[in-house]
Amino acid sequence: MSAIAVCRRGIVRGSAALMIAVAVGVGALGMPGAAVRALDAYGQIEDPALQARFEHITSQLRCLVCQNESIADSNVELASDLRRQVREMLLAGKSDDAIYAFMTDRYGEFVRFNPPLEPKTLLIWGAPFVMLIVGAGIIYRVARQRSRLPLDDEPSAGPT
Amino acid sequence: MWKFLLPFAAFIALAVLFAFGLNPKRDIHALPSPLIGKAAPLFTLTDVSDPTRIVSNADLKGQVYVLNVWGTWCGACRQEQEALMNIANLKMVPIIGLDYMDERAKAKQWLDQLGNPYTAVAFDTDGRTAIDWGVYGAPETFLVDGNGRVVYKFISPITTEIWQREFVPRIEAARRGGA
Repeated sequence: MSAIAVCRRGIVRGSAALMIAVAVGVGALGMPGAAVRALDAYGQIEDPALQARFEHITSQLRCLVCQNESIADSNVELASDLRRQVREMLLAGKSDDAIYAFMTDRYGEFVRFNPPLEPKTLLIWGAPFVMLIVGAGIIYRVARQRSRLPLDDEPSAGPT
Repeated sequence: MWKFLLPFAAFIALAVLFAFGLNPKRDIHALPSPLIGKAAPLFTLTDVSDPTRIVSNADLKGQVYVLNVWGTWCGACRQEQEALMNIANLKMVPIIGLDYMDERAKAKQWLDQLGNPYTAVAFDTDGRTAIDWGVYGAPETFLVDGNGRVVYKFISPITTEIWQREFVPRIEAARRGGA
């Protein structure tokens, strides 16, 4: 039995046709790959500052159904429900941190594309630097060894 | 010596990483729940087949119970239903259903046709209870102890084997724990 036999509720009803229309429209304009935001029935938040925060926060939260999409981009119903949640919390005057905390309390750190730097995320943040140092060390050693070798076009001092 | 050992160590490290990362049995979608060990989120919803009846897990205080998240749109839930019926017949703990992203009429038909293993089924109209529980698919099954703490979460269809192996020992432990 496959362990992946779990259902993920699909595209939000009614918006599928709209998405296709938008995608076709974007395609026709010769902009393949242009970001197509998921659409909600709610429209924009009136306050532009809140709308900007809404767009930023939803782009920073992972849709757990699609995993490589943010909830800003995803059309599954869970993403739509989570956008509604973010929107309501913003309108209720909640801070960004409070909204991120709400999400991680329920879905874990994995829900954040950009997890905060703390002891348990140290490996994620530190790994690139560790690899950089290890790589630099290897290059240094190899380069030093090579510099000790005689160049090909130089006559060798020793017996051949 | 180093010339041999270093690449060998690197090889072993990669092999271990791949053995873990490429293991076909590992469900990359199954995420650890941050709810484990925490208080189960409270909900007060209506009964799926009777909108006037309240279903709340606050009433289950002091009891070990199971919360099973399902929906009629979910094929894997249909697959799970027979096992759930068998598990319900064991009468070990109350099984509370959480009908998620669904329609009442469809859910009612489902329960009439496939049988109803649930003590009660709460109807999550707008998915808010599911968000509180960190649900991101179905079926998902939670075990809550007598202190109202989430003890275990199982993602994907439950079977009687999984019930015996994962749930029964935890239920017994929860009961021994003075709950």
